[in-house]
Amino acid sequence: MANILELSHVVKTYQTTVAVDDVSFAMPEGSIFGLLGPNGAGKTSLIRIITSITRADQGTVLIQGEPLHGDHPEIIGYMPEERGLYKKMKVGEHLLYLARLKGLSPVEARKAIDQWLEKFDIADRLNKKVEELSKGMQQKIQFIATVVHRPKLIILDEPFSGLDPINTNLIKDEIYQLRAQGASIIFSTHRMEQVEEICERIVLIHRGRNVLEGNVAEIRQARKQNLFRYSFEGELPESIRQSVEVVSERNGQIVVHFQNDRESNVFLRRLMDHQVYVTDFTEILPSLNEIFIRTVGENAPTLTSNTPAV
Amino acid sequence: MNKLWLIIRREYLSRVQKRSFVLTTLLTPLAFLVFFIFIGFIMNYEGDEGRKIAVVDDTGMLRGAIRDASRLTFVFPKAPLDSLKAQATSGTYSGVLVIPPLSDIQSREHTIQYYSDDQLSLDAEMAIREAVGSRVRDYKMVTLQLDPQVIENLDTRIRIDPRPIADASRELSSLRTAIGAGIGFVMGIIMYLGVFIYGMMIMRSVMEEKTNRIVEVMISSVRPFQLMMGKIIGVGGVGLTQFLVWMIVIPVISMLVQLIFGFEAGNMATVTTTDSIHPDDMQAMVALGMQELGRIEWWLILPLFLLYFLCGYLLYASLFAAVGSAVGDDIGESQSLTLPISIPVLIAFYIMMVSVRSPHSSLAVWASIFPLFSPIVMPSRLAFDVPWWQILLSVVLLLATVWFFVWLSSRIYRVGILMYGKKVTLKELGKWLFYRD
Repeated sequence: MANILELSHVVKTYQTTVAVDDVSFAMPEGSIFGLLGPNGAGKTSLIRIITSITRADQGTVLIQGEPLHGDHPEIIGYMPEERGLYKKMKVGEHLLYLARLKGLSPVEARKAIDQWLEKFDIADRLNKKVEELSKGMQQKIQFIATVVHRPKLIILDEPFSGLDPINTNLIKDEIYQLRAQGASIIFSTHRMEQVEEICERIVLIHRGRNVLEGNVAEIRQARKQNLFRYSFEGELPESIRQSVEVVSERNGQIVVHFQNDRESNVFLRRLMDHQVYVTDFTEILPSLNEIFIRTVGENAPTLTSNTPAV
Repeated sequence: MNKLWLIIRREYLSRVQKRSFVLTTLLTPLAFLVFFIFIGFIMNYEGDEGRKIAVVDDTGMLRGAIRDASRLTFVFPKAPLDSLKAQATSGTYSGVLVIPPLSDIQSREHTIQYYSDDQLSLDAEMAIREAVGSRVRDYKMVTLQLDPQVIENLDTRIRIDPRPIADASRELSSLRTAIGAGIGFVMGIIMYLGVFIYGMMIMRSVMEEKTNRIVEVMISSVRPFQLMMGKIIGVGGVGLTQFLVWMIVIPVISMLVQLIFGFEAGNMATVTTTDSIHPDDMQAMVALGMQELGRIEWWLILPLFLLYFLCGYLLYASLFAAVGSAVGDDIGESQSLTLPISIPVLIAFYIMMVSVRSPHSSLAVWASIFPLFSPIVMPSRLAFDVPWWQILLSVVLLLATVWFFVWLSSRIYRVGILMYGKKVTLKELGKWLFYRD
């Protein structure tokens, strides 16, 4: 599948700090892509380059195979983390304004806005001023503004902050639907469980560099420690317990480490052979949260030694 | 281009459609009118209570009468001074005036006594001096056997009839100068107010956008330059609308007020001008004034005024936008940064006041060429036949400066709107100019 977005060797320097340092990655069309990194890692700088807000000092950015040009902002929808609306404007006018700035004709824009408001069941708010809406409602308006022009590439920075679980699910479903309609989505957040749930691929930026990139499942597989959890009912014969390396044990549950993950099935059979009633058997994969903390942590000293000694 | 137009439209409509805009546009002229009427009332106010003053004139100089003036009444009771003093203390009289005889008929000074325990107000003192003075004058004229008509004829009112030497076909009148100064002053004031009111409006709006965080959403669709120019042009349109409305509303309101209250415009003139114009001359003056107004080269002045207005507005509005982008929500910081912008505007304003009086002084000439001052100073000189080379030089310099300042401001703006939590100094702003995109 073609790549919607391709960055190669992108560098962005502000006066004294290197915000983006030789970042390369590719994002396949139709994927949901996680852009991760601790605060101040350079995510926002990177997004601003992709959205043409700033320009990279070096390197190339390709969108649908073409170098960035003046019409690209019209096929991108960007919802920044720090976002706002004109408080005094009416919802309908505001959405129309933003949609037209993205190149939609008034007729197209009105139609799309009506559809979205209908979809979120807030069509009655069309003539309300933005300041009269609740925070969650404003968030929905913001989301509509981001996607109303049917962008090919959608960039969402912390899209769920300030939303209750119901609205979070609502937006999440819309994200999946947009993807199904052919949009590609960059999803930037600190909430790793959301990334695990939603994203297919991630890139982890730390201190301006790309420190980890790839398919979420593969990344977790690659970092697994051959840990398996067995849940069972009844007593565990001592002889069995002695035969393996038990990492932790709780009532009716043990976590076992194997040199070779295939041994886990052998052990499962032994349990069953000894009349232990196994209720659950899972491989423990590291969570993205752990991977994030570990990667960011282990990269810190390396980068420090890279900076020239003063 | 299309997007710029969308931004202009929003910036314009979002302001013009506000109820507060309609109200201020309609009420400001009314407020000014009320203000002027109030000022007129205050200026004509002459103390609350009438004063009754007993006069003791043993010399007979005043011949038993003084013209009452300004809430003062003079009486000549036949009673000794001591009893009059007692009556003054008890409240029958405000005070007792004693007129001693003149030492010499030619004396130019004379001291009279005023007995009272109350402080004499400035107004009352002046009125007494004038009233007694004019009676003493009459007395002297009679005593010296002078003809009052002859005395009056000693004063001669001089009028100057200016005549051009080189171009005899061009008639000049003294009124022309006054009218030119008037036009210049009005234009200067409009420029000054326009720059400040609408410059500030832009600054506040940029600050609000930045604080609101709408700006990042916006510039993922449009260039910062488009956003800035859209705002400047849109607000400029608001300003023009307001001026147009005022040009219609102000005459209408003043006519209505005259109809309703029978309020004469002439009354206001006497409040402000010290030497009143002889009523006989009034009509001739008005006719001559109309003639002069017709002779002014409006076809040249108005387009030039418009050009200077637009340039001046662009120049300062862009600077205000840059300051707004740099400071965000910090009002204190915005004040310290608007000061460097306000100073040239203020200086230009004061030069303009001088320039309407002596439009060909070297101060006026150079200030009307210097681009930071010219938008305010040059319009004030336009009615005075400014040499074409001065206009040309001034316009060229101004256009170049406008271009430069808009460029400068847009460089600061594009960095400023995305910069949070940084202490902004002039030095910092200077650095932003050289940031890459």
